[in-house]
Amino acid sequence: MNSPLETIPLFYIGPVAITQAIVTTWVIMGVLVLAAYGFTRRLGLVPGKRQAAFELLVETLDLQIRETSGADPSRYRSFIGTLFLFILIANWTSLMPGIDPPTAQLETDAALAVVVFASVIWFGIGSDGVGGYLKSFAMPNPVMIPLNMLASVTRVFSMFVRLFGNVMSGVFIVGIVASLAGLIVPIPLMALDLLIGLVQAYIFAVLAMVFITSTVKDGTTSPEEPETTSPPKMKED
Amino acid sequence: MDYLALASIICAAFAVSFGAIGPALAEGRSVAAAMDAIARQPEAANTISRTLFVGLAMIETTAIYCLVIALLLLFANPLLS
Repeated sequence: MNSPLETIPLFYIGPVAITQAIVTTWVIMGVLVLAAYGFTRRLGLVPGKRQAAFELLVETLDLQIRETSGADPSRYRSFIGTLFLFILIANWTSLMPGIDPPTAQLETDAALAVVVFASVIWFGIGSDGVGGYLKSFAMPNPVMIPLNMLASVTRVFSMFVRLFGNVMSGVFIVGIVASLAGLIVPIPLMALDLLIGLVQAYIFAVLAMVFITSTVKDGTTSPEEPETTSPPKMKED
Repeated sequence: MDYLALASIICAAFAVSFGAIGPALAEGRSVAAAMDAIARQPEAANTISRTLFVGLAMIETTAIYCLVIALLLLFANPLLS
């Protein structure tokens, strides 16, 4: 059985090894870009069926971003939405025979985590300035600076290990069961895989949003809006 | 049979089995608490379930770490190569 930790190159372009995960990733990116271009070319004020379906998708993403961050979703929509859709489709490519999801390889997940790490810096500097971003490390007090610096790396690391472990273990278990028991038996496990893929994509996007939001909020000079929550209801029951 | 290989296999099994106990208990507790909260305050179900999912992911990470350690022992063991 092949080790899930190593990858086998399909072919070489010069010195660069091209693995199956890279090919799958580029196909997914191409499909996403083409679909986005094709579906948004003719947008009407009164949506047709297809446009309504995609507006539903975008509004769901907006709602989740707004509820997670409490901010206007238009800044984060493109980044978080792309992250979610890409990971979702990448997780679900395990349904196609002969294709391993690219998120079951360490490299893809590490690259996604690096993107999230960079985006935290990007959004933090973009909304608070360099000083505000650096100040976010000293929240809630300067004693926490080393811990916060450590946490900014380890939380991203745990994100990528989590995505890798979940997706890879799903593929691995389906492979083992299929080799032991035959063709039909792993179908319930594959159904479970679909759910896990959806949940992991959701969690990856939400965690990215949470990290960005916490950095942006910590960097602002005055906490002028102290979490508008409904007053706690004192119910004795 | 090499003793290192034997020890690696046994340790991998132990890592996964014991590493799964803690997160399983913790996830059970957190889901139970979330169910309780939703039953008391159904209008907060959205917030609670989102926080629950994120928390479950955090808890689950410990089990995933154990899985990764087991895989390292089985497939990328530096002592065996």
